[in-house]
Amino acid sequence: MITHVMIAISIFLSVMAFVCLYRAYIGPTPADRVIAINVISTKVTILIVLLAGLTNQDSFVDVSIVYAMMGFITTVAVSKYLEKGKLF
Amino acid sequence: MNIALEIIAILFLLGGAFFFLVGTMGLIRMPDVFCRMHATTKCDTLGAGMILVGLMIFYGFSVITLKLLLILIFIWLTNPTAAHIIAKAEYKKEWLTKKEED
Repeated sequence: MITHVMIAISIFLSVMAFVCLYRAYIGPTPADRVIAINVISTKVTILIVLLAGLTNQDSFVDVSIVYAMMGFITTVAVSKYLEKGKLF
Repeated sequence: MNIALEIIAILFLLGGAFFFLVGTMGLIRMPDVFCRMHATTKCDTLGAGMILVGLMIFYGFSVITLKLLLILIFIWLTNPTAAHIIAKAEYKKEWLTKKEED
């Protein structure tokens, strides 16, 4: 029974990621786009963990850890660029 | 896996999905950058945390549970930091443009 719930939540998270992508497309300021990309990266992290549970591939969890780190570094770099106009 | 643990795990997963829905609605409907950030930070910490706790109950005691705990601690450390950095960048930019108008 929990497998059906996990499949349903995977489809739900994919649809929600596309809705966030709409905000990243129309967002008036650049900060809106950074927020939307940050939320999408969290959603994809959770989606990879759910896929690891569904397909019994335990190595997907390591992929998820790396994806979480990549999303955080992306957000920090783009925010610093927005704040100062340069990275360092 | 007995039926009680399965029901608890399903409740945690559905709660996490509910918080993701709330965060996405806030991201679409709110009028301002800071209001949108307020909604999406809830979605990140509570939604991701509840889904990961549900999956930890699903896996039981194993190495995968420790890795999921690592992801949970990492998300709980880094998402408020990222939100604070975005808010600081946007606030400083608005402040600078307002000072140039005066």
